[in-house]
Amino acid sequence: MAETPLVEAQGLHTWFELRQWGFLRVGAVRAVDDVSFTLARGEAVAFVGESGCGKSTLVRTLLGLHRPTLGEVRFEGVSLAGLKSAALKAYRARVGYVQQDPFGALPPFLDVRRILAEPLKVHGVSDRAERERRIRAALAEVRLTPVEEYLGKFPHMLSGGQQQRVVIARALILEPALVIADEPVSMLDASVRVEILELLQGIQRRRGLTLAFVTHDLTTVRHYAERIFVLYAGKVVESAPVNDLLDAPQHPYTRALLAALSDPDAANATRLREVPGGEPPSLIDPPAGCRFHPRCPSAMPGLCDREVPPDFTPRPGHRAACWLHDPGAEDPNHSIIIDGRQASGRGGPVHDVSQ
Amino acid sequence: MQSSLQGGFVSGEPLLSVEDLTLHYRTRGGAVRAVDGVSFDVKRGEALVILGESGCGKSSLARALMRLLPRNLAHHSGRVWLGETPISELSDERFRREVQWSRIALVMQASMNALNPVVKVGEQVAEPLRELKRWPRRRAIERAAEVFQRVGLPLDFMARYPFELSGGMRQRAVLAMALVAEPELVILDEPTSALDVLTQAAIMNVLKEIKAEQGTSFILITHDVATSSELADRVALMYAGELVEACSAARFFGEPAHPYSRLLMKSVPRLHERERPRAIPGQPPSLLDPPTGCRFAARCPDRFARCAESPSAFVPGGGALEGATKSRHRVRCWLHEPNEGGGHG
Repeated sequence: MAETPLVEAQGLHTWFELRQWGFLRVGAVRAVDDVSFTLARGEAVAFVGESGCGKSTLVRTLLGLHRPTLGEVRFEGVSLAGLKSAALKAYRARVGYVQQDPFGALPPFLDVRRILAEPLKVHGVSDRAERERRIRAALAEVRLTPVEEYLGKFPHMLSGGQQQRVVIARALILEPALVIADEPVSMLDASVRVEILELLQGIQRRRGLTLAFVTHDLTTVRHYAERIFVLYAGKVVESAPVNDLLDAPQHPYTRALLAALSDPDAANATRLREVPGGEPPSLIDPPAGCRFHPRCPSAMPGLCDREVPPDFTPRPGHRAACWLHDPGAEDPNHSIIIDGRQASGRGGPVHDVSQ
Repeated sequence: MQSSLQGGFVSGEPLLSVEDLTLHYRTRGGAVRAVDGVSFDVKRGEALVILGESGCGKSSLARALMRLLPRNLAHHSGRVWLGETPISELSDERFRREVQWSRIALVMQASMNALNPVVKVGEQVAEPLRELKRWPRRRAIERAAEVFQRVGLPLDFMARYPFELSGGMRQRAVLAMALVAEPELVILDEPTSALDVLTQAAIMNVLKEIKAEQGTSFILITHDVATSSELADRVALMYAGELVEACSAARFFGEPAHPYSRLLMKSVPRLHERERPRAIPGQPPSLLDPPTGCRFAARCPDRFARCAESPSAFVPGGGALEGATKSRHRVRCWLHEPNEGGGHG
């Protein structure tokens, strides 16, 4: 029998109702709209998407802060929907959360010792000496050493990287099985980013915990995640092992994202990048069919603007919600689009400004 | 106007020359030396990127250039020429009338959130022309419409209010406002760091087109190495209030000379490479009391005795490879001092 996955999300919908005059239902913001995935124990995954794609709502739903409108999250085989408040509290001890803005996430009037003591107190570690032992161990694990130097410091006395280490220590102190890191390094400088990501990865591997990154930055994920989920307008449009997704993206949206990114190169300055027109759709009234179709260079009229594409599996372990990958269709463009340069995501710059 | 039609045209004479620019802030702990003797120039039609990590003084540099000085100013000095005009000698009033917006425009970080919420976007974009150049409303609006199209905004957006625009649209509007009076130089401070990947790429495209078509000079201030390569002709890297290396983009992204530049390039994750990025150990020094020697010495893998003792000058780099003194490559590092480097390089 296969091991139960740590997390299973099935047909997850998190909608926010819009009301007029406080009672008339006039629609809903479909922030998460039919998302399903499983996370194995000890796995590192990344959810990638632009602002407004629903990734923060997804995180809040996984944390049990929003109740899904439809569908469910199962943790170690148990649905969160049925949990009473005591059980939900116990669940939250099993899930660590690393926020995006470390300074905003830390209470300014508590020193590091008290910040780290808080979750222990809330979750019933009443022995003072035991708390102190665990606080010191957590600081050592995030390499804020010598520990004595940091225990009495307030958040504003720490650099951004050190603040983020305190946030990570706080997320780990209850020994969670799952850590969710929401843009953990987007507020930090390049060199500090690498330090923090290495730290998270080291802890994840040592402890064998499941790590879910949420990020908009595809360039950092290759080394720190094993699988990637790409979100667009509330839906997962593509998911695959990280190297497959970065080297052979199958969904036109993922390809557009990769083509818009640059590796530092002086030649970038003289080339225009190909960027799909328009902007991500409103989540109140999303387009019919595939939500990317109004911006998609490969959209097929009559199909993409009418039918919601299901998940196809163009390659083993690689899912893409795109009609281009419908094995039933005899589409002449099919093979052109999934092989060669275009599929590699290196399409990048095409026009030359200087000529 | 002819030359501006040739894409990527960079003329020989400097448009902006900055010499020994210094900006110190007064704090309870003493003076913070945010910008400490910075010199560089920008040619006509050239894009200079000022690259640096947070707290290195790069935004203060923009403020010092534009005279947007804070109340806790401790020291502000340096000479700045714009073409033939010594703009650092102008009175504040003349600087405001004759330089700001009309000759140098600044797009500040998150300035898309600084649009006036109760004035239509088109009116705001036309405002510099009406206020500074005293253009009649109709003419100013016509010119604003041109710029609106140039930055990729639909014309009917002129009659909208800022809240009706997305973040990317608002950033385009702010850019239109900066360009409307046809300044010779546009300073952009982290213009795209709050935006999504696709929006970012679209705005960088607009900047490239404007640079190629109109020969506008740019100073792009950013911490993002990859984005900086989207516009840079030259790169000046800042560390702890000083420039440590200034060179062509090809040199900087290919084979930079300063140890900090090299480590910084290795810390950048790359989409298409399997090599892992590496962090730079240590932290930048406090600008309250920077080290007497090289400010990077404590983190530098190549340091030797002299580095901690005295600061290196900002000298021509590149050694024998290029006619060193003729090239515009400058490095602040003892490894590259003509009389010092040989044995250590």
